[in-house]
Amino acid sequence: MPFRLRVDGLGASRGEDPIFREISLLLEAGGALLVTGRNGTGKSTFLRTLAGLYPADSGTILIEGGTDPTVPVRESLHYLGHRNAMKRDLTVAENLLFWSRFTQATDDVAEPIDATGKTVQALEAVGLGGLGGLPFGYLSAGQQRRAALARLLVAHRPVWLMDEPTAALDTASERMVEALIAGHRATGGIVIAATHQALDVPGAQMLTMAGFAVPA
Amino acid sequence: MTALFLRDLKLATRAGGGALTGILFFLAVVAVVPFGLGPDLKLLARVGPAMLWIGALLASLLGLERLFQAEREDGALDVMLMQETPLVFTVFIKCLAHWTASGLPLVLVSPLLGLFLNMEPQAIGATMLTLLAGTPAITLIGAMGAAVAVALPRGGLLVSILVLPLVVPVLIFGVSAAYAAVEDPAPFLPPFLILIAITLFFAVIGPAAAAVALRAASE
Repeated sequence: MPFRLRVDGLGASRGEDPIFREISLLLEAGGALLVTGRNGTGKSTFLRTLAGLYPADSGTILIEGGTDPTVPVRESLHYLGHRNAMKRDLTVAENLLFWSRFTQATDDVAEPIDATGKTVQALEAVGLGGLGGLPFGYLSAGQQRRAALARLLVAHRPVWLMDEPTAALDTASERMVEALIAGHRATGGIVIAATHQALDVPGAQMLTMAGFAVPA
Repeated sequence: MTALFLRDLKLATRAGGGALTGILFFLAVVAVVPFGLGPDLKLLARVGPAMLWIGALLASLLGLERLFQAEREDGALDVMLMQETPLVFTVFIKCLAHWTASGLPLVLVSPLLGLFLNMEPQAIGATMLTLLAGTPAITLIGAMGAAVAVALPRGGLLVSILVLPLVVPVLIFGVSAAYAAVEDPAPFLPPFLILIAITLFFAVIGPAAAAVALRAASE
């Protein structure tokens, strides 16, 4: 069976308020989904529910065609939230090196991971080559975001969940994000991104969140 | 996992990491005791082990609330919750790193502070040994409190209050073992073995409870 992500009848609430109901979708390998909608309509909640960080009220999230069906879905995902998951006091390279080693699924002795090489490559890919030695806290907001994007590159996960990936980024960097997304899809990955910016993602499915509790 | 251990050690020793804060607090507590009690050398030697233990206990509680809060604030906790590595194991490694960075230094400076209190070499050795066996338990118990209070912005005092009743047994058996080594009739081994048992017990219970609390807090 080819690799794909299937979501059936997903619903979630925050406290007493329902946020979304009955979202179903099917993403083939190489597929993409753009989640749009006004502030507060549940884009982030949707992504966090997919990531397993919030409990779902109903519905299922399945990865079909994976190697082991008993593995929880969340372990096949990269989640890039609003916050960058980087330590200000460590250098950019140290941060990435840590995530590379920490999120690597298994320490395969036969095929040792070149974490350092991957870190350098990832920094080049997001246009931060040469800044690896700076403490993360010294970077500008846009550079910090780009470093956070590099985290998705240092360890492979088939599905990327990106919450506002272009927050604080300039136009050139938005193109870079599009290139990263295209590159990930070209290798058979799936990308789900929530965004306000008009991101150019060819052939992406669209999901517009309406929201339940938004007053008119 | 070594990566997590090394990262936490680095963070603790860099600016704002707070590994030194504990030692300074320990020093401050022990250094004022002779001024408060007066220059009665016999009395100081007698209360010495207890003072060292109380100082180390309070110093270990400092900074515990940041154990998971810092991870939560920058979003790293979300990523850790999603990994293949069991959360219990991640928590255990974080406790280990925290103890190495802030608990072990307390043990290492305790002989020096013992001199302030006119303690005999044997009493200093016994106190150091009991601190070595007992302070990991404080960190492991503290991890439970830190995990429960992870979402609270001013959780520091709450963590200490949650944790204090649970660490009292550690204090009791730590101090009684340290005294047993210097006072003749009391046996050293039974309280010391109970102290080790407490540490091992919380090495299992602590990370498991903290992991459950962290999962619940993320929802």
